[in-house]
Amino acid sequence: MALTRSRISIALAFFIPAFLSGCQSTQSSGKDTEQAEKVSIDSNPFPSTYTPIEGQPTVITNVTVIDGIGNKIDNGMVYFADGKIQAVGKDVDYPDGATVIDGQNKWVTPGIIDNHSHLGVYPSPGIGSLSDGNEMTKPVTPGVWAEHSVWPQDAGFARALAGGVTTLQILPGSANLFGGRSVVLKNLPSRTMQDMKFPDAPYGMKMACGENPKRVYGQKGGPMTRMGNVRGYRQAWADAQDYMRKWEKYESETAAGKQSKAPKRDLDLETMAGVLKGDILVHMHCYRADEMVTMMDMMKEFDYQISSFHHAVEAYKIADKLAQNNVCASMWADWWGFKMEAYDGIRENIPMVDKAGACAIVHSDSDIGIQRLNQEAAKAWSDGQRAGIDISMADAWTWLTANPAKSLGIFDKTGSLEEGKNADLVLWTGNPFSTYTKAEKVYIDGGQVFDLNDPRMQPQSDFEVGQSAQGENQ
Amino acid sequence: MKNLIIAAALASAGFAGSVLAQNIAITGGKIYTQTDQGVIENGTVLIRDGNIESVNTGSAVPQGYRQYDARGKVVTPGLVGAMTSLGLVEVESWAGLVDASVGDASVSHSGAALDVSYAINPDSTVIDVSRIEGVTSAATTISYTDYLFQGQGSVISLNESAEIIRPRAFTVLDVSGDGAEQSGGSRAALWVTLERLFDEAAALSEVPGLNSVWEGLNTRADLEALQRILSGEMPLIMEADRKSDILQILAFKSRHPEIDIVLMDAAEAWRVADQLAEADIPVIMNPEMNLPDSFEAIGASIENAARLAQAGVRIAVGMETHNIRLATQHAGNAVANGLSHEQGIASLTSHPASILGVSDRVGSLAAGKQADVVIWSGDPLEVTEYAEQVFIQGQPIDMESRQTQLRNRYQNFYEQEKNTSQYIQP
Repeated sequence: MALTRSRISIALAFFIPAFLSGCQSTQSSGKDTEQAEKVSIDSNPFPSTYTPIEGQPTVITNVTVIDGIGNKIDNGMVYFADGKIQAVGKDVDYPDGATVIDGQNKWVTPGIIDNHSHLGVYPSPGIGSLSDGNEMTKPVTPGVWAEHSVWPQDAGFARALAGGVTTLQILPGSANLFGGRSVVLKNLPSRTMQDMKFPDAPYGMKMACGENPKRVYGQKGGPMTRMGNVRGYRQAWADAQDYMRKWEKYESETAAGKQSKAPKRDLDLETMAGVLKGDILVHMHCYRADEMVTMMDMMKEFDYQISSFHHAVEAYKIADKLAQNNVCASMWADWWGFKMEAYDGIRENIPMVDKAGACAIVHSDSDIGIQRLNQEAAKAWSDGQRAGIDISMADAWTWLTANPAKSLGIFDKTGSLEEGKNADLVLWTGNPFSTYTKAEKVYIDGGQVFDLNDPRMQPQSDFEVGQSAQGENQ
Repeated sequence: MKNLIIAAALASAGFAGSVLAQNIAITGGKIYTQTDQGVIENGTVLIRDGNIESVNTGSAVPQGYRQYDARGKVVTPGLVGAMTSLGLVEVESWAGLVDASVGDASVSHSGAALDVSYAINPDSTVIDVSRIEGVTSAATTISYTDYLFQGQGSVISLNESAEIIRPRAFTVLDVSGDGAEQSGGSRAALWVTLERLFDEAAALSEVPGLNSVWEGLNTRADLEALQRILSGEMPLIMEADRKSDILQILAFKSRHPEIDIVLMDAAEAWRVADQLAEADIPVIMNPEMNLPDSFEAIGASIENAARLAQAGVRIAVGMETHNIRLATQHAGNAVANGLSHEQGIASLTSHPASILGVSDRVGSLAAGKQADVVIWSGDPLEVTEYAEQVFIQGQPIDMESRQTQLRNRYQNFYEQEKNTSQYIQP
């Protein structure tokens, strides 16, 4: 279908407000003008309105520090102010007037980052009217954005915060070959998704291997096999390449002052073109080792990078190849057997991936699991030790913060306690590798958002307000 | 690696001397007896002929016992999986028949007659995966039916033959909204149906013979099961989360005082904890369920287990199949949120055993009980601790599963990878 000039103008009105006010665009949408305005696309139409809550310059002393990049400091100190980590070490300078917290017998770590959550898109209560995580209408829907399904009143956000989760990626479900865009959120319970949206975090795109797409679409026009899945991905990537070339041609022609007609926008292909340009990170649900290798071949064929496989229950079988291809594996500690592609799960998956030099990540994919990701890492750490894989607790903590931050393209901002990073951190009541340890204080950008001992610092969603039965908040 | 070698040595040592009447002494451990003996800081468990002979303070061992050194370690009864489908499912989804899921079967109108004791597969890999982590027996039953009742479950041992400790040991009945979906889509239909089914069973002194015409609500097979429930012989495990549903269960109990009722799931049970304690209704639960995941669980709380136990309700923890091994973590998190450690251990051992009617054989380390014993590296409720050696009916089990073998296979592969071959050797 040809794109009419008036449609271009409508697009203009919405997508380049910086160049045209709505009023001007209305005028230009009137009748034929000889020279069409240059069409450019707003890559950020739902911008973050996140504002850090105000914090005090704070120093935690006498504390066991895990800095998130492999170091553990006994009797250490962490000083943060102005939303940033200012100093970490055995003994650091801090100004008079800073709030001093005695961390005796406690541990401090970077805030946990869960790169696989469906909070908000599959919220509590888990009822059909709020079930917005899977656009199961056709197998290729990269044009849907999870952020448009996020319900900020999901009580799960606050529960995850109590578990020390400061940042999380909300993904669409795994029914589709291309499930749509993800969004990275700060776990600061807020009125809107935009208020939680992590500023300047790249978008992700969800893809899915294996059983789910073929099960969902096998009787609905396909794909019904794994080979059908791969045909589906590859045709879509080929279409995305073609789409990208059309826009490149348009850009170069208009740059050369030539009259050129903008290609019709296609929201599905636009997301995929974002991947091909390196702006959007691929997160791919994939369990089986052999399938992951096929996906990495496809990644080379179409010249994009898979940021992380998710679930990756068989990652241990190809950990060397994950390392070679610089692809992370985001995993559970011990889930297995609920379907055939999860049948070969072993408890040592995470440490074996780490040992091979690949990027290992602990993820939740669960509104219960996200509340205790530290325990998932602890189990995997212990299982590795038993199997002769000697990884320090400090290195194991990279599975919870640095590596997921890398997979989300935000490690320059968060994921470790290093000078200049966002002050996203958790003070634990003790060693977070223990079942009995809890997050005591949680800070995001230096502002305290949770306190185990202060009910006023334990957020509650609108949904829970005024219910005669309130379990958690009393 | 050292621990692995020790574990392997322990396992092979156990097997080398494995004979039926092996006498075993587990010495020097911190022993949770789950009996009046309480916790013994430094004690010895003596095992003879597959049963517990005695549990003693100190490390004295008579002649003729193979010794397992448990100094610095923790010894507990084998864990009793409170609610699983072990032996009824290998892979849950889309991978062949799952005996834990039952559709329409003409033998039953209500589901009461279904009986899993015919369906248990001892060769399921899930059994090995579970038992090497300390689960030595378990309730196993149907997890899904189109019926009101979910059939009659069994309690099995996780020994080589998955021996049935108690067939037709309990019946599960879902009276939550999910259960009502199977009965006209409303509790208004579910409870009337339920009462009529029981009325009919109660009105008959015996199940009508094959020579008589029978056109009741229940089939003959269903009547047999319901009569065993009515007599109190077979516990009725009723699933509900919402307070009002739990109050209906309490009312049902007062109408049918002979029925042995157990509550399961029970998100809002803490709100009626005193009444549950008063009516002596125990609870099978996953204490980590703290989200308002439906309008029936608005009151879900991480402190549910602690509040119930505080009121005097017996709780059992462990509702999983493939990961029933994580029951220790679930109980640990209940302890992290107010449950006493003693209750945490009981929720995995003596409580499920008594709730399921098998405490004469499992769930505690008392003389004469089946010797299901676990030596743990430390506190079993700590996520970093693990079962070092498991004994079932007095036999030290092979501490391997398909999972440990897959691990070994790939660890070996990486060690040999420098040989450049991609061939995965057996």
